[in-house]
Amino acid sequence: MTARLGEPEELPINEDNDVVRVRQLVRTYAQQAKLSLVDQTKLVTATSELARNTLVYGGGGTALIAPVDDGRRLGVRAVFTDEGPGIPDLDLALADGWSSGKGLGLGLSGARRLVDDFTLDTEVGRGTTVTVVKWAR
Amino acid sequence: MERVPILKIGDVLLVSIQIDLQDQGVLALQEDLAERISTTGAYGVIIDISAVDIVDSFIGRMFATIASISKLFDADTVVVGMRPAVAITLVELGLTLGDVRTALDLDRGMKILRVLGKQRRGSFAVTDDFAAEEVL
Repeated sequence: MTARLGEPEELPINEDNDVVRVRQLVRTYAQQAKLSLVDQTKLVTATSELARNTLVYGGGGTALIAPVDDGRRLGVRAVFTDEGPGIPDLDLALADGWSSGKGLGLGLSGARRLVDDFTLDTEVGRGTTVTVVKWAR
Repeated sequence: MERVPILKIGDVLLVSIQIDLQDQGVLALQEDLAERISTTGAYGVIIDISAVDIVDSFIGRMFATIASISKLFDADTVVVGMRPAVAITLVELGLTLGDVRTALDLDRGMKILRVLGKQRRGSFAVTDDFAAEEVL
């Protein structure tokens, strides 16, 4: 459906510093898509939360960052994939303030509020994929 | 891993975050600060985030943790210089910074710390900081 501008780029998420690299790459794509400064900040913050989830809860994985174009506007899509334990109770995981680990419980629910599209695909024992899109206004 | 330098100005410790902090760096900064407050007896900590372009839940929690730790040493923490885009994002993310005080800039942050420090030590005359009281 969506035509791509430029090339998607995949980054591994296996260590702390990879989260920083994801933030920096997403920032670059967001600037290219001409997102406003506030929208750039929201998207980078959301992807920082999701990249950390992939590392901490998913046991590592990948981030695929791509420019998107729906014919009317440009945007950035980020897909986080891990082959970790999956999320047994999605409603709970998406609730504010709930955390299974060392976070504040704002990672998933907060990230969802900061982006335009948010889809989550998870299966216990198989892993989790989270896709987010932020569009330029 | 890069470390964030901690500067001492009078009785205040100043931390200016100028790099894109990774999580280990955040934890190291907490430990370094606790150590410095305890050895210097500083009554205040200022964290300058004017160069920080995102604050996510991990970094936000660091501010709250540093504030709690510094309280145990009878010191106050003020976060200064938050960018407007960061403030908007924090509110939407749903992150509250707990007991952390914030101030527009370094100057106001220093004034708040001076007044708070004197109040907590129960000193009498605070005439030279009269103007600062208006900031509070």
